[in-house]
Amino acid sequence: MAGNYSTQTLVVTIAHAELCKPDAQNAFKVRISIKTALGDNAYAWDANEEYLFRAMVAFAMRRYSSKSTTQISNVLLCNVTDRVSFWFVVTDSSKNVTTVPGSEVEAAIRMNRNRINNAFLLSDKTLQFLKITSTLSPPVEPSTPVWIIVFGVVLCLIVAGIIFLIFSGIQKHKKKNKESTERENLEEKVEVTLENGIPCEALDVKAGHINGVFAADDERFTSL
Amino acid sequence: MSQDLSATPETPEEDGRPKWDNKFQYILSCIGFAVGLGNVWRFPYLCQIHGGGAFLIPYFIALLFEGIPLLHLELALGQCLRKGSIGAWNTISPYLGGVGVGSWMVSILVSLYYNTVLTWVMWYLINSFQEPLPWSVCPLNENRTGFNEECYESTAVNYFWYRKTLNITPDIAESGTLQWWLILCLAACWAIVYLCTIRGIETTGKAIYVTAIFPYLVLTIFLIQGLTLPGATEGLIYLFTPNVMVTWFEEADPGDIIEKSSEDGSSDVLIYKCGKADATAWGCLKLNTLKNPRVWLDAATQIFFSLSLAFGGLIAFASYNPTKNDCEKDAVTVAIVNSMTSLYASIPVFSVLGFKATTAYWDCLDRNIISIINEFDLPEESIMRQNYTSWISFLNSSYPEKIGGLNLKSCDLQEFLDQSVSGTGLAFIVFTQAIILMPGSQAWAILFFIMLFSLGLSSMFGNIEGVFTPLLELQIIPKSAPKELLSGIICLISFLIALCFTLRSGSYWIDIFDRYAGSVPLLVIAFFEVIGVVYIYKIKRFSEDVEWMTGRKLNLFWQITWRFISPLLLLIVFMAFVTLQMQKPPSYTAWNPKYEGFPMKEEKVYPPWVQAICVLLAALPCVWVPLVALFHLVKQKRRSKSPSFVPPEVFSCQGANSNFSHPKE
Repeated sequence: MAGNYSTQTLVVTIAHAELCKPDAQNAFKVRISIKTALGDNAYAWDANEEYLFRAMVAFAMRRYSSKSTTQISNVLLCNVTDRVSFWFVVTDSSKNVTTVPGSEVEAAIRMNRNRINNAFLLSDKTLQFLKITSTLSPPVEPSTPVWIIVFGVVLCLIVAGIIFLIFSGIQKHKKKNKESTERENLEEKVEVTLENGIPCEALDVKAGHINGVFAADDERFTSL
Repeated sequence: MSQDLSATPETPEEDGRPKWDNKFQYILSCIGFAVGLGNVWRFPYLCQIHGGGAFLIPYFIALLFEGIPLLHLELALGQCLRKGSIGAWNTISPYLGGVGVGSWMVSILVSLYYNTVLTWVMWYLINSFQEPLPWSVCPLNENRTGFNEECYESTAVNYFWYRKTLNITPDIAESGTLQWWLILCLAACWAIVYLCTIRGIETTGKAIYVTAIFPYLVLTIFLIQGLTLPGATEGLIYLFTPNVMVTWFEEADPGDIIEKSSEDGSSDVLIYKCGKADATAWGCLKLNTLKNPRVWLDAATQIFFSLSLAFGGLIAFASYNPTKNDCEKDAVTVAIVNSMTSLYASIPVFSVLGFKATTAYWDCLDRNIISIINEFDLPEESIMRQNYTSWISFLNSSYPEKIGGLNLKSCDLQEFLDQSVSGTGLAFIVFTQAIILMPGSQAWAILFFIMLFSLGLSSMFGNIEGVFTPLLELQIIPKSAPKELLSGIICLISFLIALCFTLRSGSYWIDIFDRYAGSVPLLVIAFFEVIGVVYIYKIKRFSEDVEWMTGRKLNLFWQITWRFISPLLLLIVFMAFVTLQMQKPPSYTAWNPKYEGFPMKEEKVYPPWVQAICVLLAALPCVWVPLVALFHLVKQKRRSKSPSFVPPEVFSCQGANSNFSHPKE
């Protein structure tokens, strides 16, 4: 009986080695970069982590095919390196010594990628399944591009500035016009009263001495 | 006409001409006009390719013998004659009126394309408010399986510039359509220019306080931040030490002198001299500065274009001054501040470039390290950047085939530092990439682009003033109409014409305008300016005028430079410049995604009709000089035959300013 058991385990071990080896059919390589992801908080990769991995893969298979036949013992790991990288296969317990087709495993992992990543505190880049590509998340785009909003604000400020300046210019112009007409009236009065200190009305134009210098510029003054 | 100078006291000018609020505003406007985008993106590049610190020697010599004398000449001219460029040259001599018209035309052409560059800056500025920065990620392709192909093959930064901003065509002949987002930004830019120049120097004088001082603040902030970045010191050392780079050319023999164009496709040429390095090896050394005539030419042209001479804008600014003003001190101040700004700006630029090169180098190393670790399944962090070289040599000796199969890129920091770029490439591609790598990138991006915008805007003020002042004096619009109308008309017409630059091929056209309209005509006009003042107006009269204005005798230095050195230098620079341009067929580099060497740019030759436009652009401002002279010659010949011929009055600076109220005979 004991002999049978040991032969059984021997057979299983041989089968294990047959099914799970680098580049075996339906086997996937996994590469884990814990230090890159976690830095100082990195944990060491040991047998317990391996057990968790096998459990997650089994969980993924169960969830995908929604039949509870996959056991943790169905997931085989081999060739663990210091990197950390290893190969794994999922065996089918219903059929003897065969592996679940790669496409199924791939689909299962894809569906549950997020859960698997989170179990190890890693991401798509630091927990790599080498043959399984991850779908890229689209970049976030707001409904109205931000630049249009900023542009609108800037343009409003500029237009407000221009209108303000134009109006203040028009007002200044009007004020200057009003001032200059007032000044002209004032100057006329001043001119009239301050001709050599003698008011013009007092001057008798016919009797007075006509100054030739001013005679030439007569047309500049309004007629008295 | 009685010119009783002793009787009339020196009253301040009251001819109704606008004037500066204070001297500081005037100096600041001149500095703002001179300090522009070229100080940030052309000078550091020239420093770098011509061997760093040693470039400063030809630069300062050119400043001393070409820059400052020409600047002094223009400022003195404007201050004395109190007119814009067209009026000033007409006053000096009607035969020289063409010089004024030429300056005016150049100012128009340059304003058109310069504001479009500001449009690009504004576009980047308003996009900097987005998180994450739009030029940091590639968009996905249609079926979301990967990134957009054009973006993936080049970089996200390149894609944003060439596709999202310019939407560039692969050839200048394909014009494409107008790009609506650029039209919006162009309208905003011209609106800002209108807002600031609406009443001439009344409004620009207020705006200049902000636009001229703000860039210095930002440069200081970038300086402090840049120096704290890793790799900054490498960048600075690289900038200021002369290049003694040894390169190997297969086709070279000892004693050869080889010319190679620099990789960014610009027209710059690097010269190498080959010889024996030691007994067994030989190589080609990059020829260093003072022996390379190209360096002297670059220094002279850089000083000339950097000071914004021959635009007519400086004459316009100086014409609003009181005549009794020390223009000599002003000229020296403005020129020195301009050069110091160039130097000051190159420090943060090179810190950031050094940071970018170091980051790229580290990325290259990291990528190689990851490939090696993955291939050999070594534990993480076993190979670090420091022991990379020892690991590589060990692995190469033990597993050469495996290493060969990995296709590792050779990572050389020097190579990354050598990637020199100038112009729009520096601001919109290299710098934006560096900004993504900095923490808090949005703030840095916003600061950087506001700084570029202010730098460009203060130069635009000078350009627009060079267009506005002569038109105001020619009284194109009736005197009763407000000034706001004239500036509005100028801005509106310029906006409509500049719409051409928002076509998909617009940036190729801007390069053409920059190379042909903004270079050769300026040299020609400046040459005629000096000759006109010195030999037609006569240097004796001019030095008396300057003496009257500044209150002291004209230094011998100015006499010598104005009479001989500056015209000679200008002539030599002009000949060398034109010769160099003629040597190679006019070509440009195009962004063509279908090119097999993509993402390298494709070198193409201009089609004949474009070449004709280039010649037209260069000739149009210059042709006015002989045309106007000829026109007046013909008019003079006709007039000299008529009996009522009166010889034109001899103009004098002092005479004009104390007796402006007396009517001319």
